[in-house]
Amino acid sequence: MKHVKTLVAGVALLAGMSTAAQAASTLESVKAAGKLKCGVNSGLAGFAAPNDQGVWAGLDVDLCKAIAAAVLGDANKVEYKPSNAEQRFPLLQSGEVDVLARNTTWSLSRDTQLGFDFRAVNYYDGQGFMVRKDLGITSAKELKGATVCVQEGTTTEKNLGDFDKANNLGTQPVKFKESEQARAAYDEGRCDSYTTDASGLAAERTGLKAPGEHVILPEIISKEPLGPAVRAGDSQWLDIITWVHYAMLVAEEKGITSANVDEVKAKNAEGAEGADAEVQRLLGITDKMGESLGLSRDWAYNVVKQVGNYGESFERNIGKDTPLALERGLNALWTQGGLQYAPPVR
Amino acid sequence: MAEISAGRSRGRRTSIAWWRDERTRGIIWQIVVVAVLCLGVWFIIANMVDNLRRLGIPLGFDFLNAPAGFAISFSIIPTDLNSSIGRVILAGMINTLLASAICIALATILGVIVGICRLSKNYLISRLATAYVETLRNIPLLVQLLFWYVAILQLFPNVRQAINVFDLMFMSNRGVNIPRPIPEEDFGIVLVALAVGIALAIGIASWAHRRQMATGQQFPKGRVGLGLIVGLPLIASLALGNPVSWQVPELTGFNFQGGLVLQPELTALVLGMTAYTASFIAEIVRGGILAVSHGQTEAAYALGLKPGTTLRLVIIPQSLRIIVPPMTSQYLNIVKNTTLAGAIAYPDLFSIVGTSLNQTGRPVENIAIMMVFFLVISILISLFMNWYNRRIALVER
Repeated sequence: MKHVKTLVAGVALLAGMSTAAQAASTLESVKAAGKLKCGVNSGLAGFAAPNDQGVWAGLDVDLCKAIAAAVLGDANKVEYKPSNAEQRFPLLQSGEVDVLARNTTWSLSRDTQLGFDFRAVNYYDGQGFMVRKDLGITSAKELKGATVCVQEGTTTEKNLGDFDKANNLGTQPVKFKESEQARAAYDEGRCDSYTTDASGLAAERTGLKAPGEHVILPEIISKEPLGPAVRAGDSQWLDIITWVHYAMLVAEEKGITSANVDEVKAKNAEGAEGADAEVQRLLGITDKMGESLGLSRDWAYNVVKQVGNYGESFERNIGKDTPLALERGLNALWTQGGLQYAPPVR
Repeated sequence: MAEISAGRSRGRRTSIAWWRDERTRGIIWQIVVVAVLCLGVWFIIANMVDNLRRLGIPLGFDFLNAPAGFAISFSIIPTDLNSSIGRVILAGMINTLLASAICIALATILGVIVGICRLSKNYLISRLATAYVETLRNIPLLVQLLFWYVAILQLFPNVRQAINVFDLMFMSNRGVNIPRPIPEEDFGIVLVALAVGIALAIGIASWAHRRQMATGQQFPKGRVGLGLIVGLPLIASLALGNPVSWQVPELTGFNFQGGLVLQPELTALVLGMTAYTASFIAEIVRGGILAVSHGQTEAAYALGLKPGTTLRLVIIPQSLRIIVPPMTSQYLNIVKNTTLAGAIAYPDLFSIVGTSLNQTGRPVENIAIMMVFFLVISILISLFMNWYNRRIALVER
């Protein structure tokens, strides 16, 4: 009978395990692992792509680095997990990544049905169309019956459907799993037009055989607020991700850069004359804002020191002097007429 | 077995403890294995449901009725932006089946030809077949698909410079556009003529077989049958004044409108998969033929059969028994390999499920639909091939 008892005990143990599968908080698991698992694009110039030296670089990559700097104190403790549009959501849902910074559009259905939380927007974008100059088209509404190359598993696909329906265009979409293949097929003339987010079009155009022969049409057919996503139900982690982005915005607003952050910190030392109270709070000189987030006191200092402020990151990756040559536009600070607005550090 | 039954009978006689009985222990172990397996599966499912509930993701298939809101580039059944997700997924299933069926048919034909060529006494032919097999089966399928796709896109001109064949057919890197037949009123009669032609051809073949069995006289049943199948509908069509009108494709706006179009995505998929799988089938066929003892060929020649007839009546029927089982695996591979089609934008089931998964945020249900579909299709192919294998198996008398 001893055998039977052992068997019953084993069964009970197995049954118990299924209910005990409760996850620790994301912050704790990141600290325990000593690295941040960050989901990024598998290759989108300016946002997330390996550079000539094989090192990941881009606006989204900078956000990953900033989060690692804030949480772990070291911007290099990031494990990048590249994914295509279709793989990215299961990656986050299953816990394979801690945060998804993969030019992902914040939408109602993703916020609710997918079980994600969004709050910060690190790039305000909109969907556009690219065509060959020699087609002589000036508006996306002239694309009646045109063939359009598009990447599968994106909001782009559905926006195209909505735009098509609203303007009765009857376009024929040709859908590729990877953006590289979609771009190559467009380049070979399989499609009349290529559609994705306007920033993506600028990035993809640099990879065409003759970038000068292509033009991006003026219509922006959708709102695409791109931002980091986390799993729903962990508000502490969402706060951290959001405030890392805001810290980069506040730093830009206050003129703090990776080059002068030490200088600024010294100038705003406790009790210093003419010190800026918000800068003091941000850099952890006076209040303990970091502790209330579950981070160290110098979290924002680490972010600015190791990665830089938002403007620095923008200009370095996608700004005027890069091949993408994107204007700040909607992504200028609110003080410059843009939408990038951080709540007060108080 | 002898030892076990001896042990069992001894066990009964001396009535040893039940846990020492081989048979009882066997049963207990099987129960344990099944129980652990069930618990494992239950654990995984419970864990998943638990996690999904915590993330606030509901489970269910009601999303299939929601409008899809995205179009697909190729579909046999009509779909548009207002079609439900279920219907678009169905279109994807049909696309997968279509591509699989074409590839299975073409790969079998090409594979048999190459396999026989490899055994040819002609040095050039056998070496060419060897080179074909060794090259194509050693390059990953995805690479081959991308190669064919890029080749088609680069070799054919842009849609505005399409190759014009007599103003009827247009070839460009958007596909091959051909006229679409539109049946008119009397077209049914032509179809009836075709049916009659096929029926007559079958009848003649069966009569010729019986006559040959009885008298040894042969009849050119193949040529006559083909003549009937092609000739009867042709005569009917001419007599009725050609009851089919043709809709010729025309370049309007960005693309050719009207007519039928063979898209480069399907073409590249069929070319790549056929060429790849045929290299494996060729080896299976070669192996099957070599396995038939050479004495069979010599005996057939001694009876005065020609080489072609020997191959058809003596060698192939015997080698089929060896060829069919591994062939089943190749057919299953073709069906499963269609999931690579998304890389070259052919809207197969996998690619459409990918879109649906992203638009609806229901990975579990979408993947489940796909798994069940592939399981059912694979099992059906397997069952059919096993039935065929039993039919042609050696009947011992």
